[in-house]
Amino acid sequence: MTKVTMTVNGRQVSGDVEERTLLVHFIRDRLGLTGTHVGCDTSQCGACVVHMDGKSIKSCSTLAVQAAGSSITTIEGLAQGGELHPVQAAFKANHGLQCGFCTPGMVMTAVDMINRYGGSLDEKTVRENLEGNICRCTGYHNIVKAILAAASDMSAGRQAAE
Amino acid sequence: MYATNYHRASSVADAVHLKGASDESKYVSGGMTLIPTMKQRLAAPSDLVDLRHIAEMKGITVSGGSVRIGAATTHAEVAQSSDIKAACPALAHLASLIGDPHVRHMGTIGGSIANNDPAADYPSAMLALAATIVTDRREIAADDFFTGLFETALADDEIVVAVTFRPPERAGYCKFPNPASRYAMTGVFVAKGTDGVRVGVTGAGADGVFRHAAMEAALASDFSPQAIASVTTDPSDLLSDIHGSAEYRANLVTVMARRAVAAA
Amino acid sequence: MGVEGIGARVERKEDKRFLTGKGRYTDDMVVPGMKYAAFVRSPHAHAKIKSVDGSTAEGMPGVIGVLNGQQMLDDGIGNLICGWMIHSKDGSPMKMGAWRPLAHETVRYVGDAVAVVVADSIDEARDAAEAVVVDYEELPAVTEAATALTGGQPQIHPEAGGNLIYDWAIGTDVAETDAAIAAAAHVTEMTIVNNRLSPNPMEPRAALGIYDGAEDHYTCYTTSQNPHVARLVMSAFYNVAPENKLRVIAPDVGGGFGSKIFIYPEEIVCLWASKRTGVPVKWTSDRTEAFLTDAHGRDHLSTVKMAFDSDNRITALKVDTIANFGAYMSLFSSSVPTYLYATLLSGQYDIPAIHANVRAVYTNTAPVDAYRGAGRPEATYLLERTIETAARELGVSPAELRRKNFIRSFPHQTPVIMNYDAGDYEASLEAAMKEADWAGFDARKAEAEGRGKKRGIGMSCYIEACGIAPSAAVGSLGAGVGLWESAEVRVNAVGTIEVLTGSHSHGQGHETTFAQLVADRFGVPIDSVSIVHGDTDKVQMGMGTYGSRSGAVGMSAIVKALDKVEVKAKKIAAHLMEADESDIVIENGEAKVAGTDKTVPWFQVALAAYTAHNLPAGMEPGLKEGAFYDPSNFTFPAGCYICEVEIDPETGKTEIVQFVAADDFGNIINPMIVEGQVHGGIAQGIGQALLEAVHYDPQTGQLLTASYMDYAMPRADDLPSFKVSHQNTPCPGNPLGIKGCGEAGAIGSPPALMNAITDAIGNNDLTMPATPQKVWAAVHAAQ
Repeated sequence: MTKVTMTVNGRQVSGDVEERTLLVHFIRDRLGLTGTHVGCDTSQCGACVVHMDGKSIKSCSTLAVQAAGSSITTIEGLAQGGELHPVQAAFKANHGLQCGFCTPGMVMTAVDMINRYGGSLDEKTVRENLEGNICRCTGYHNIVKAILAAASDMSAGRQAAE
Repeated sequence: MYATNYHRASSVADAVHLKGASDESKYVSGGMTLIPTMKQRLAAPSDLVDLRHIAEMKGITVSGGSVRIGAATTHAEVAQSSDIKAACPALAHLASLIGDPHVRHMGTIGGSIANNDPAADYPSAMLALAATIVTDRREIAADDFFTGLFETALADDEIVVAVTFRPPERAGYCKFPNPASRYAMTGVFVAKGTDGVRVGVTGAGADGVFRHAAMEAALASDFSPQAIASVTTDPSDLLSDIHGSAEYRANLVTVMARRAVAAA
Repeated sequence: MGVEGIGARVERKEDKRFLTGKGRYTDDMVVPGMKYAAFVRSPHAHAKIKSVDGSTAEGMPGVIGVLNGQQMLDDGIGNLICGWMIHSKDGSPMKMGAWRPLAHETVRYVGDAVAVVVADSIDEARDAAEAVVVDYEELPAVTEAATALTGGQPQIHPEAGGNLIYDWAIGTDVAETDAAIAAAAHVTEMTIVNNRLSPNPMEPRAALGIYDGAEDHYTCYTTSQNPHVARLVMSAFYNVAPENKLRVIAPDVGGGFGSKIFIYPEEIVCLWASKRTGVPVKWTSDRTEAFLTDAHGRDHLSTVKMAFDSDNRITALKVDTIANFGAYMSLFSSSVPTYLYATLLSGQYDIPAIHANVRAVYTNTAPVDAYRGAGRPEATYLLERTIETAARELGVSPAELRRKNFIRSFPHQTPVIMNYDAGDYEASLEAAMKEADWAGFDARKAEAEGRGKKRGIGMSCYIEACGIAPSAAVGSLGAGVGLWESAEVRVNAVGTIEVLTGSHSHGQGHETTFAQLVADRFGVPIDSVSIVHGDTDKVQMGMGTYGSRSGAVGMSAIVKALDKVEVKAKKIAAHLMEADESDIVIENGEAKVAGTDKTVPWFQVALAAYTAHNLPAGMEPGLKEGAFYDPSNFTFPAGCYICEVEIDPETGKTEIVQFVAADDFGNIINPMIVEGQVHGGIAQGIGQALLEAVHYDPQTGQLLTASYMDYAMPRADDLPSFKVSHQNTPCPGNPLGIKGCGEAGAIGSPPALMNAITDAIGNNDLTMPATPQKVWAAVHAAQ
């Protein structure tokens, strides 16, 4: 057992874990943040995507001890003050989710993607950047639409603010 | 996953010291291959020595006609580096094709080449660029570094700290991904530099990454796609699995090589 | 239509919880004292179990119990069963072998569960599971159904000689069919392989068994599409507990696609193990276990003869199919290649003679059962590949050949049981061809050639049968259950409404569409309506969600209950306003007397029902009604799909450049959700045609595609955006005119894609999935 400390959704958290504990299990089982999911064993499906120090990573392929000292954002930390994040709102408006299981990973991936590309995203780039996220329900059609809509809204919002 | 002990190294020397404390220990960098392998109980290191926080292993520098990439540099950093894009855009392109965005945020060049997965992208580039693998104790030419499937010239406790190479005049990388895993079913990196033309092939070889001598010879006199259009690869040296027979991979080697040259 | 009523694109009520990480799936459940289960599974495809030794495992850290199949047998837990009886042509019943939840004598496929370890943590449970020593005597294995039927093969169950489960036939007399084929001007013959698939809902299966010793009561949280069926089967057949002592809860479920209909060993074991160990026991599948043990789909090998007269009219169809059932008969496996497959072999065509023969076969592979479409994709693929091939052989356009043979008057009785009630196949065909710019294809093909690409176009005209059917009808065909649905509408005293339904949503958006139905009826805000489902303690009984039945059957039950509520509400309103009940109209959230300005708000009607101070004489208080709805027929969604591809001849890689779907789903409650269902279905159909295949090593029976490293799931960059439209003919068989939309995409798309690829490469000899390697080989074989 070893003690890990990290910041999760803006709050410092600590816990004693077996060193083999995956970050996703620390988040789910120790912190009770069950929005982050496990959908595969081979680091392909992306249901477990969270942000570590501002970048998307797979929490099922990272040990909790590796993440010690970092700042983690999970799906639960995205919406602020009861308002959906623009990406969450776009997924809702565009029916970008069905069963909801891949959704947290998809949303965290979309936020990361928009952070990197901003308003310059096009359909091809979105599809390429979803390579690490598998959805079985939507055929991706409405996920792609939602991400493009969110990128466009967020970029317009930024321009308006500037 | 079997039980393991974790140690975070603060320096290269510290890492070697930590590694030496156990016979069954392993280095971990991004962990993008090792952790999934441990999850499947196919690897059981007693101890993990984390290299991801060692400052001296990070960063990209270009000076004196040489590019140096710290081993702990992530694929995303290589893909986005303006220095790499200027010195060798094909390498930035290669890095942008590894895994997926999340894997690229964690996985490192040092981890990739030290693991030498037969379907990994970087080894082909290291061979084609005649890169030098800099370790904590020596420099190893890429030609001598990759010795077989998941095998390298590294001693058990030896750490890759950087790779260096001279920017090529022209280089290109073309990859045909496995439809399931998205690893390279065949990837070909071609580079034309002061040492001539070198062709590195990954994903296809039964013994792992290899240089394609016949293509190098053909391209040396004529660096064009047509020059290698009829250069074949012996299927008996290639991998065969449910996704691609050796014959199919032999075809892909030629097609990817031609496209890599065209892109160079 | 109101903004929230029938036909409106209402955003989903359930989305906020999923988008903020507040969905609650089975693996998210935590109860005090809960421990974790790991299964010991067979590494062999076929072996005798000589002994199971858990003594070392029992002493390992954190271990609470190591349990085996003999103990389960001793405790009287029954065999898993197949609930649909099929009789062979000779009148004999299907030959069902025993399926123990934990094998105690023989293992029959890689992944067969042998023992279970319960421990403090999942890692400790897995550590100990590895230490359980099972002594096996390996036996030869067979994985392919056609091989398993030949002589000298391993015998998998003693009950099924030669591994044959049944040899069944349907339709026109075989001699009559043969005579029609012999007299034909042209006969198209094909061998059709329908590849084995793994359903792969993104949420792996999970179960949490909780035994309460004081009450002798069990609770099971499980990833089920039909919790009531799970309770019924676990009570009546597996002897886990009587129904009143067993609560089954299917909370948020992360996709099903058929694979979560069935009752698997793991949920039974968790319940039993909870009693045995005295702690709540949770098991969550990892993805490799899912590949090994989730029921697979498809796996048919068929030969077909399609006969034409000199005017290119189809005169006869003869089909012979071998269906691979895997090592055990899963819950509804027997119905899939019979009543869900062979009954659809008339397609959209008027075919006077159809004869189909189906043999079901045991092999040493995972059980095979219903997967999105279940039998109908197999029928559609066979028919639509064959008619396309016939068009090529006859030198006529594929659209014209289909048009010539379309059924054009309804009702239409096929030779294979089905009676089609309504449809307009021409309308979908025309809409799809127009949307796809079929006429402009030749120019696009020429342009692609200039870029070194081979471009092809293909279509598929599918029909399917949804909602399953009248209970009496399916009962006469062998079904062990009725296929009705239940609903209860509870109007609360303040006018808000709860709808309890036996349907189960695992992505389909019932919380929204079902609420739309209620909002539409009474003109109340959709937010004042809640849908309750997935808990046997809350909803009395239901049949669950599969076969695209929640709209046509589940919503029809709600309509019936709403009718009853409306009648009573009108009586109350009439009494309050001293009007005649026949003059009362309920809309916009109020009851009014038609032709007057007299109104009573909806909530006051509800309140009056519960205060009961002023009700019509003799009326019971309260406003709550229940209903059961039993459909009068299947529903028959149909449509036309067109796919256009470009092939890179050097690599064999296929790019889908456009995909058009024109569907007839009858009336639609929420077009946004219906389109989403079509998108997802098409993606799975494209997955089957282009990417996905379960591979077993034919010698060892080892699963070669046990992770996403080897099983190719469709990803975003494999797919295009889809062009989806509807040409609807309302279904005459149910009150809403709904047909069902959940499976159509997966049914219609594979043949369209394969017709397009074979068109592009000029080689018809290609099986699914059309992987780059296979397409490359076919391109070169054609040159």
